[in-house]
Amino acid sequence: MADILIKGGRVIDPSQNLDKVTDVSVRQGRVEALAKVGAGAHANFRTVIDAAGSVVCPGLIDMHVHLREPGFEHKETVATGSRAAAAGGFTGIACMPNTSPSIDDAATVKLILEKASDVKFNVWPIAAVSHGREGKALTEMAELVDMGSVGFSDDGNPVLDSLLMRTALEYSKMLGVPVIQHAEDPVLTAQGSMHEGRASAILGVMSMPGIAEDVIVARDILIAEYTGGHLHIAHLSTAASLELVRQAKKRGVHVTCEVTPHHLTLSDEDVRASGLDPNWKMSPPLRSKDDIKALRKGLKDGTIDLIATDHAPHHLDDKDTTFEDAAFGIVGLETALGVIMTELVEPGVIDIPAAISLMSTNAADVFNLEAGTLKPGSEANITIFDPQQEWTVDPGEFRSKSINTPWTGCTMKGKTTEVVVQGRLYR
Amino acid sequence: MTAKQLSIRHLVGLEGVPASDIELLLDTAESFREILERPIKKVPTLTGITVVNFFYEPSTRTRLSFEMAEKRLSADIINFSTTTSSVKKGETLKDTIRNIEAMKIDMVVIRHSHAGAADYLTRCTDAVILNAGDGCHEHPTQGLLDLLTMRQHTNKPFKGLRVLMVGDMRHSRVIRSDLWGLKTLGASVAVCGPPSLMPAGVDAFGIDVYDDLDEALEGADVVNVMRIQLERQEGGLIPSLREYNRTFGITRERLKGTKKDLVIMHPGPINRGVEIDTDVADGERSVILRQVTNGVAVRMASLVMLAPQHEVQT
Repeated sequence: MADILIKGGRVIDPSQNLDKVTDVSVRQGRVEALAKVGAGAHANFRTVIDAAGSVVCPGLIDMHVHLREPGFEHKETVATGSRAAAAGGFTGIACMPNTSPSIDDAATVKLILEKASDVKFNVWPIAAVSHGREGKALTEMAELVDMGSVGFSDDGNPVLDSLLMRTALEYSKMLGVPVIQHAEDPVLTAQGSMHEGRASAILGVMSMPGIAEDVIVARDILIAEYTGGHLHIAHLSTAASLELVRQAKKRGVHVTCEVTPHHLTLSDEDVRASGLDPNWKMSPPLRSKDDIKALRKGLKDGTIDLIATDHAPHHLDDKDTTFEDAAFGIVGLETALGVIMTELVEPGVIDIPAAISLMSTNAADVFNLEAGTLKPGSEANITIFDPQQEWTVDPGEFRSKSINTPWTGCTMKGKTTEVVVQGRLYR
Repeated sequence: MTAKQLSIRHLVGLEGVPASDIELLLDTAESFREILERPIKKVPTLTGITVVNFFYEPSTRTRLSFEMAEKRLSADIINFSTTTSSVKKGETLKDTIRNIEAMKIDMVVIRHSHAGAADYLTRCTDAVILNAGDGCHEHPTQGLLDLLTMRQHTNKPFKGLRVLMVGDMRHSRVIRSDLWGLKTLGASVAVCGPPSLMPAGVDAFGIDVYDDLDEALEGADVVNVMRIQLERQEGGLIPSLREYNRTFGITRERLKGTKKDLVIMHPGPINRGVEIDTDVADGERSVILRQVTNGVAVRMASLVMLAPQHEVQT
């Protein structure tokens, strides 16, 4: 394994409360030291990277990615998704089980891990809560965790049955992993394509009210409080759901949550301004400006644990149609860092160390991952990005198989320059 | 002699269409209205222009009305609907329109169940698009024919005219088109119906919203009664048609105390005894059948004014 020296970058590691200009040395695939290395010793490293002016931090982690494999390999695969992740500055990703077949047994978890091993990338499978994500019978959770699953979710579908949710939260307690809820009451969102509000009223588009999310979040918090299980709310998107989580945390309920870059930056008014472009369609939908404001407050006060992209690749065929007909979801791996740096760090909503906590360290804490740190001795998963570099989003350059993004042509400030994954430069 | 032209290239909706365009379309429709009274109701205006009537959703009168307008203008017509197309075999909307376009067509009249479908088509083809109703979004030719009918049958200019629309605004593309056109021309618009049939965010339209029909009818110059779309009520957004008639139905009793010259309109098809009673629908204040005649005139005007390379000499 090639030894790497990362010279003179601003090393930020929230897991060690570290923020200083220094060198990072990597030997035998592990972080060796965070200290200046004299010029005379450079010859001891196979690769020397000049990181002056760049940020060097624990590898970014995305806990909400759809890799589409097995079953929808025309949209994405473990290999292409991993390359897209690395291009976006991520060194580890969790993949959702809404595949075909769904990730609900040991063999499918093993398949994902083997595919990840083939491309030497960190992929953490999230297995289904229920067989076939049908919301009926619990999966063999203990075996799935033994195989490498880091959480459970029927994502894409909510766990609707209150008893199933209760049982999942109770049973998973002994496994130390969260149940991740896609919070949506499908009766309230039936046939809907966008957030319910002034924009949907004018457009006449069938709508998905915020309360469809809130009622499930409220119920699940009560179940989590009763059972003591760990509930993680996926892609939280409304002010009301955020407030429910905030109050629950105050009461000591084991609830955590994630938000996406798009819900922090785009609103239903942007859907309207796009002329109903299907690349502005996802579930949960882009909410109101007030929701965005509330979510940004939640980032600052710690109610929101992490940022996750909900990277949802779709083939052009699934998107090149009317808005109401188009598939839900947008890709996010290759734009997330740029969006967070440009829309949140640059205007001063959060600072760079906070962004790194939200995109790396916190995910490792919430999901008990051996990742998200530059502590000497830990496996070297490192992201280097230039916070000043400007670039324009060109989906033609995406490593992802899919190009369904609302940010085409946007200028971003902040770009990944290198990532080290499992001790290797990942290019 | 100057050739007046529209600023819009397609007729997707009335939202954002300038007053000058709306007035030009209404004036042109008025002149076609005259043609419809002649013994020979045909002009050669669109000879050589091919129009496709592209209906993805069942429609009787809008389709008939467009087809009538096209025939009166001597256009070549192709009719296309889901039951006779390859749509059911899984061809996409875009592929379908591009295949038809490859047969060399000029204009497309589209009815579709998805909001935004007409606008989407403007990006798929070079042909001129006329929206004949897209989901719950807009139905601009219905809006224009309603405006024309109001102009003919009220003794007031649009500025200051009080128009009340009664019914299911949540699902109504007619209300949306009417209100944008009316607002652009300076009318005062109100809507009345059960709150469960109002869209969330209705305040975005800047109109008065009522749930008390008697209060809403006070001072109205026009009441445009929307059809209760039976197929949309499966979700149980109202308890029953009987209760709807009792609470929001336009009955003779209800009209006591309204303006003597109140004009009663309905886009059809009527559910008699639900949103409007027979004696009112067929009564002396009703202009419902005039709307139908105006529909042909308005569609003729829209087709002519939007036809490629066409100029109307005035």
